[in-house]
Amino acid sequence: MRVPLSWLKDYVDITISVEELAERLTLAGLEVTSIEYIGIPQGEPRPGLVLPPSTHLVWDREKIVLGAIREVKAHPNADRLVLAMVDYGGDELEQCVTGAPNLFPYKDKGPLDPPLLAPFAHEGAEVIDGHGENGARMILKERVLRGIPNRSMVCSEKELGLSDDHEGILLLEDERYRAFAPGTPLQDVLGDAILDIDMLPNIARAYSILGVAREVAALTGATLRYPPLDVVMKGPPIAGQVQIAIVEPELNPRFTLALIRDVTIRPSPQWLQRRLKLAGMRPINNIVDATNYVMLELGQPLHAFDYDVLVERAGGDAPTIITRLPEPGERLTTLDGEEHVLDDFNILVADTKGALSLGGVMGGLESEVRDGSEQVLDAVGIVAGEPDNDEVPPPTGKASVRGPATRNVLLEAAAWNFINIRRTMQSQKMSSEAGMRFSRGVHPAMAERGLRRCIELMRQISGGVVAQGIIDAYPLPAPVIQVDLPLSEVSRLLGITIPKDEVVRILRGLEFSVEDRGDSLLVTVPDHRLDIGTGLTGRSDLVEEIARVYGYDRLPNTIIQDALPPQWANVALEREELVRDVLAKAGLREIVTYRLTTPEQEALLTPPGQPSSWPQVPYVTLANPITADKTAMRHTLLAGMLAVAAANARHTDRQRLFEVGRVYLPVEGQTLPDEPTHIGLLLTGPRDLPSWQGDDRRGPVDFFDLKGVIEAMIRDLRLSGEVVYRPVEHSTFHPGRAAELVIDGRVAGVLGEVHPLVREAFGLGLDLGKPVLAAELDLDALAAGIAPLRHIAPVPTQPAVYQDIALVVDRTVPAADVEAVIREAGGELLEAVRLFDVYEGDPIPPGKKSLAYSLTYRAPDRTLTDQEVARVHDRIVRAAEKRLDAALRA
Amino acid sequence: MLEELEATYAQALDELKDVRDSAALKEWERRYLGKKGVITLALRSTGQLPPEERANFGKRVNTIKNELSAAFAEREEAVRQHELARMLEEGEIDVTLPGRPVALGGLHPSTQTLRRIAAIWAEMGFQVYSSPDVETDDYNFTLLNIPPHHPARDMWDTFHTTTPGVLLRTHTSPGQIRAMHELGAGGTQPVRVILPGMCYRYEQISARSEIQFNQVEGLAVGRNIRLTDLKGTIAEFARRLFGPEKRLRFRGSYFPFTEPSMEVDVDCILCGGKGCPVCKYTGWLEIAGCGMVHPVVLENGGYDPTEWSGFAFGLGPERITMQMHGIQDIRYFWANDLRFLEQF
Repeated sequence: MRVPLSWLKDYVDITISVEELAERLTLAGLEVTSIEYIGIPQGEPRPGLVLPPSTHLVWDREKIVLGAIREVKAHPNADRLVLAMVDYGGDELEQCVTGAPNLFPYKDKGPLDPPLLAPFAHEGAEVIDGHGENGARMILKERVLRGIPNRSMVCSEKELGLSDDHEGILLLEDERYRAFAPGTPLQDVLGDAILDIDMLPNIARAYSILGVAREVAALTGATLRYPPLDVVMKGPPIAGQVQIAIVEPELNPRFTLALIRDVTIRPSPQWLQRRLKLAGMRPINNIVDATNYVMLELGQPLHAFDYDVLVERAGGDAPTIITRLPEPGERLTTLDGEEHVLDDFNILVADTKGALSLGGVMGGLESEVRDGSEQVLDAVGIVAGEPDNDEVPPPTGKASVRGPATRNVLLEAAAWNFINIRRTMQSQKMSSEAGMRFSRGVHPAMAERGLRRCIELMRQISGGVVAQGIIDAYPLPAPVIQVDLPLSEVSRLLGITIPKDEVVRILRGLEFSVEDRGDSLLVTVPDHRLDIGTGLTGRSDLVEEIARVYGYDRLPNTIIQDALPPQWANVALEREELVRDVLAKAGLREIVTYRLTTPEQEALLTPPGQPSSWPQVPYVTLANPITADKTAMRHTLLAGMLAVAAANARHTDRQRLFEVGRVYLPVEGQTLPDEPTHIGLLLTGPRDLPSWQGDDRRGPVDFFDLKGVIEAMIRDLRLSGEVVYRPVEHSTFHPGRAAELVIDGRVAGVLGEVHPLVREAFGLGLDLGKPVLAAELDLDALAAGIAPLRHIAPVPTQPAVYQDIALVVDRTVPAADVEAVIREAGGELLEAVRLFDVYEGDPIPPGKKSLAYSLTYRAPDRTLTDQEVARVHDRIVRAAEKRLDAALRA
Repeated sequence: MLEELEATYAQALDELKDVRDSAALKEWERRYLGKKGVITLALRSTGQLPPEERANFGKRVNTIKNELSAAFAEREEAVRQHELARMLEEGEIDVTLPGRPVALGGLHPSTQTLRRIAAIWAEMGFQVYSSPDVETDDYNFTLLNIPPHHPARDMWDTFHTTTPGVLLRTHTSPGQIRAMHELGAGGTQPVRVILPGMCYRYEQISARSEIQFNQVEGLAVGRNIRLTDLKGTIAEFARRLFGPEKRLRFRGSYFPFTEPSMEVDVDCILCGGKGCPVCKYTGWLEIAGCGMVHPVVLENGGYDPTEWSGFAFGLGPERITMQMHGIQDIRYFWANDLRFLEQF
């Protein structure tokens, strides 16, 4: 919300700098996100802070002043120029040559009394170039305009940096400017600063200039001044001219109406327009502007109806305003021209003929106040701008049918259930300044205040006559909230004792009524706020009010004195982190991918036309995805990892990646899905980094590189279980090049060379010479085998005997089987088996392969004799011959 | 005979002077001192001499043998030194050539920051508690004092799932309730946990916002947990993470599940508080939201709020990482460009 300092000062005296004010408000929870300066220089930042030079135009106090145009003379040589004779507070009048069209009506009219007030810039002043772009500056200097020398200027809004308006000069028409003498620095007349405050959802009480002023008063100890609420009512009584019927008091606890007749719809006075503009709203006409002005000032949104339209709709009788829920299928065309199919909870303002507006959110098209033009007008209908957008966009409606200008205005000020308003705005996808305020909670007491303030303002600026009295339907009066606040509770929650009189002063500063009851305070909540609860909640709410005004920075820092809860080991997390460490140690780089994907993206893991090997469970699917490529929670890590590899492949050929993260598997009969943690691995590109020493090992990675990483991981995790790599056919992997990792009989995942078609589908190409190796493992299955404690074997003291053995077997015999036979036959004396060569081809017969192993024999307690070793070695050969049909290679 | 021996001796010494390498040295040794060497043979021939000459000759041969052995040893050492020197000289390499590259792995920056954060809190007795990513509306909102349709819900743009009442958690705060239920033993035990985890927001992805991000929630519940404790604990955390010289500031804020609520700002890490584009010339960077646990939330967690109190806070590891490294675009985190990741 934009808060002009000049407006704020109407309600509270401000004796500190605008920068300090911003700091105080920010610390108290009203974050000032920026300060916009108008004409005045940027203030000193707090010590130590260096601000970049501001880009706004500062009006030189000497050179840009208030001028009084005492006469407008014709230019002797040009019809489109005039000579303004300006009193700038000096001894003589200054003659300015100007083409401002709004001075032409005064041409040759002789001395003007009163004079026209306008900003005046002396020679040498820096102003915005009226004909320039992007705020280009210029320094005024003397030049001759059609034969008349000119060195100064009367300024347009654009030249002062106030707006882009360069149609004419800025004439200061309001009486209030006549209080300033010609020559007064313009800074003192129009200079201003606007605080942009980020309004949190609980801050409805301060969502107005008065609300901010109240905070300022509480924070600085100044006194708050209320705007007057007296109304001059001279028309016939309102009673009998309109009735109210509230059907749903829960949703509409209060509805008030006032009537003003014989208004003249015209532009608002300049001061009012200026304030609206400073606050970011566009002036429209006096009636609409009055409602907007009071909404900004008090926080109470208002709505103006064309009374005659309502009478006409009532067949000439006094209209009845009915607030009710819609009939099934009921529709309403709002002032923006949109037709809404209403939900059954959307509260309506209607009459006997039908709906008039969406209560608290937006007016309907038909009963709007109209000024005889095609302009769409509404107080509550102005679409709210983005919080960071300075300019509120104008309403964009299509006013199709427009009657003559409104003469009689029925003014509404109501209170609405804030939750229902927000729900309506969401369901109807609408937003408005009124809706934004009502949805945060406007107290019903504010309705009458807003109504009185606004109808009187309308009277003053429209020339109308206000009917005597108001209609006030208030079927559900807001409860008076009282909170019993023990002072011990303040100390218990804050940790320090704030003296009672200071607590009382803070609360009273925020307009709470406080009754001192000794050890506790009976606090009555003022009737402008709905955000203070009852009971324990109310106590906490009050403690917050006390603490934030007292200042959080004034509270000391302490160390927790409470008992330390029992500590426990988070084994699952430790294991997850261990896996990360092990994989990083193995030279892999951790990635973290999006957990949102699409079923289609994951379907790419299976070549078209093949059955998928992945679990066929439903997805956790988003009801409101924001992009088409993120609609569901992933089942697997591999789809995301392959996409990352493809993106990196554009610049990096060698990739060794892993990810540890959750996947989401819905379970029948369970509200929430299972979220097991998976481990994904992906290797591609050359085995080693390039070096100047030749590329012997620069061949592409293959299955055994991946398996080597997994073996190393399992070794490093110290899995105690039996680990088996079982050949498997899996739709994501190259046939014959994939294995299931089985730990103690439980499948812990799959690893293999990614199917070329899958690789291609992810944009990694079909080149068979550039395989992609990948694995997806389940952390729990893996971690189940991690031994909590393990023994470290003593270093052997006896010598080992090393022997090699080469066995020729059918090429289809798995190497794991050969090793198993060797180990079993080798028994306890066989310490280690290491395959060092696999060979096929001459002189090995076709269909056979030779597997060469290096065997280590050792006894823990003695030196082995040759005979002992020979005996075991023989046993191994015989077992291989018998069980594997193997032959010892000569 | 003796003359002959003396001549051989002189010759041997002479030849030894010219020996330059170990091969020639070996040959010389074989020729003079070897089993069939001249001196050995001379010693063996002593028996053939007349008895009166034997003693004298034998003595002399032995002397010569010792002399030659000594000369040999000396020469051998000289040759070894010489050859070593030559070897070392020839062994020179260009030490400015690059080393053979070692391929290192590494952890994602988010993991690194999460670990740093968790380590600091662990030292203060806050242990890690995990809760699900896919949550119920109840845990994510209602039990946290955010009733259905409450305007506070506007603070979190939410991804809803097609299962009514099930959503992607918008913050790690639902873990507060779960932790209180699981660890609080029906509101009888204190709790001190941090809750790291991935959160999700319905937002357009941009340099400043992501649809998924990590958050670390913290929760302390006890019989005597005070707002000053919250301040002191957060200050201690910030001191350890950002360094002791950094200043902190606490300012009022609003979260439905804490009351009072505050935001914590730290001196801008890049400019040190002098003002720069990263801190938008405020000198401050926001690092956490925090507050005293709302009595309704305590009640929902099973505690009696008149007896128990608590504080909670929320940290953004990616944002902290960005602040610490001057990263301008949050999209780097999940894009996983290796040229980004390998800098960590």
